[in-house]
Amino acid sequence: MIGRPLLHTDYAKDMALHNTFSKKLVFWLIVLAGLALPQILQDTELHLLSIGCIAAIGAIGLGLVTGYAGQVSLGHAFFLGVGAFTSAFVSGDPAGRVYGLGITNLVVWLPVAGLVAMLAGVIVAPLATRLRGLYLALVTLGLVFIGQHIFNEWAKMTGGGGVGRSAATLDLFGYSLSKADSIGTPEQKIFWLAFLLLLIFAIAARNLTRSGVGRAFTAIRDRDIAAGVIGVSLPKYKTIAFAISSFYAGCAGALLYALIGHIEPGAFSLVLSVEYIAMVLIGGPGTISGAIAGAFFITLLPRLTRDIQPLIPFISTAPDEMPNIYQVQTILYGVLIIGFLIFEPRGLVGIWFRIRSYWKNWPFSY
Amino acid sequence: MVELLEALARGLGRGSIYALLALGFVIIFKATRVVSFAQPAFMLAGTVMVTYFIGTLGFWGALVAATALTALLALGVERAAVRPMVGKPPFVVAIITLGVDVAVRVVVNGYIGNDVRPMHDPWGLKAFDIGGITVQQRHVVIFVTAAIIVAALFAFFRYSRMGLAMRAASYDQEAALAQGVSVGAVFAVSWAMAGGLAAVAGTFAAAGESVDHLMWLTALVALPVIILGGLDSLAGAVVGGLIVGIVFEVTALYQKDMPWLGGNVSVISPYVVMLLVLLVRPYGLFGTREVERV
Repeated sequence: MIGRPLLHTDYAKDMALHNTFSKKLVFWLIVLAGLALPQILQDTELHLLSIGCIAAIGAIGLGLVTGYAGQVSLGHAFFLGVGAFTSAFVSGDPAGRVYGLGITNLVVWLPVAGLVAMLAGVIVAPLATRLRGLYLALVTLGLVFIGQHIFNEWAKMTGGGGVGRSAATLDLFGYSLSKADSIGTPEQKIFWLAFLLLLIFAIAARNLTRSGVGRAFTAIRDRDIAAGVIGVSLPKYKTIAFAISSFYAGCAGALLYALIGHIEPGAFSLVLSVEYIAMVLIGGPGTISGAIAGAFFITLLPRLTRDIQPLIPFISTAPDEMPNIYQVQTILYGVLIIGFLIFEPRGLVGIWFRIRSYWKNWPFSY
Repeated sequence: MVELLEALARGLGRGSIYALLALGFVIIFKATRVVSFAQPAFMLAGTVMVTYFIGTLGFWGALVAATALTALLALGVERAAVRPMVGKPPFVVAIITLGVDVAVRVVVNGYIGNDVRPMHDPWGLKAFDIGGITVQQRHVVIFVTAAIIVAALFAFFRYSRMGLAMRAASYDQEAALAQGVSVGAVFAVSWAMAGGLAAVAGTFAAAGESVDHLMWLTALVALPVIILGGLDSLAGAVVGGLIVGIVFEVTALYQKDMPWLGGNVSVISPYVVMLLVLLVRPYGLFGTREVERV
């Protein structure tokens, strides 16, 4: 059906994962690029991209609950923290300074981290399902503060505030990903792992959104009372949304800190939650590809500002002078959120939509 | 018993600060149906201005000047970042104010520098002794100041033309507009008032102490306060503020008896109170129940 990409001759084709030829093409191009990148890029850049992949998993999770189900959650940092500490607990040394079980296999600690975070999400959900809109946002904000207190004070588990503990080890059935060998450098191997996991999580999320559950989410987002009237059980689907989102957050938290190597309880603050909200909003709420694009954008932003710094002479790199690079970075962050919401509410994906419809309607593109 | 009474006095002082902050949130919410996350930045900006002016203008002069300037700043923010968003979903506007907050605070932090800025207010940590109970002077001053401000605000909403316009606009924007109320002016005045209130609250929160980069977290405590009192209730903001202030200080007093909770549990006590209240009353103590149509 080349030339008529929107003509679907049966229901299965309409609902397919890649419902147009170009989507399929782009997907496989991205897969190819992901396989080839480690051979082209430097290790430091690969490390940054791996973090981007993992952040994208977390952003997809938040995108499901905020972008699809419309439940604004500022508590994402809490779930990331639960995942990170659970994985560190499972993989930690039993004889060490902090609790640990000594099971270093990624195949074990990753799902456990996700499931524990999911449990936390289910526990919070009854409160969340009673509330709507701003009340919910503010309550999940409280969750972040309470979580931070627990992370800071439960020193036997988390290492305590300001100290922290070492994160989970990247170990696959006894094969260590963080040592160089004949297959590649640690960065190359970690990138392949992160990329593979991102593919799995993204496809799973995309799959979910085209199922009945996903349609229930969008119905709740668009008008929750109307959704309730037509028979979508609000408590049930809001709980499912929170559970899945927390599962994604838990896995992302565990992997993120396994890549960085050390967990500090202070990291799971409101700032982290806002960062993830920014990923979803800048990328494009209510789309999986948007969450991924936003996650990469926010992760690469510090690097970009450092690269353009030499071009703008009045910004200094010294941290004690007034318009310095760190301040510009933070301000840019705030300004980008505002700018995207005012001028392009559909986010980075929205820019693509605009370009696409321009060419689709050409020469009548107005 | 003496300890408890002292904690209550401290709690009323702290609660007055929260009440002023919460009033700012509620005024903005009533006018625009938006929770403004920019309040922490305004609070920090006003407080830092006071530390710069206090040498030349004296405490009260500096406070008035800083309040006026912060109100102007809030006015500018409203015009530039919030007015274009009229009619957009409240959550989107809330996130925009979050962006404003981040951007403004970076600039203000630049003026704080790497150290803390001492406040040099006239009270410091001096205290009265009332029948064996030690009450810090700064807590008395903030309580009295807050009482005067709250009384003035309620009188303003009750008797002035603008106050009437603001009440009308919060009840039904379109109907108010049709009756000749300038809803734009209502938005502007609300933001300016909230900015000024934040500046006053921040200054008193820093009295006897100093200003540092982390002070903005104080303003976030106003969020559990407004949830506790109800998002759209001015009286709720005042009562909620005092309750949270007292709970905070009383928890701080007794937390040594509950070591399993960990240190500094008082810092999260407002959030715990908020969660408990919401389990029973989803719209806070005095909030209006939302009536929704499909």
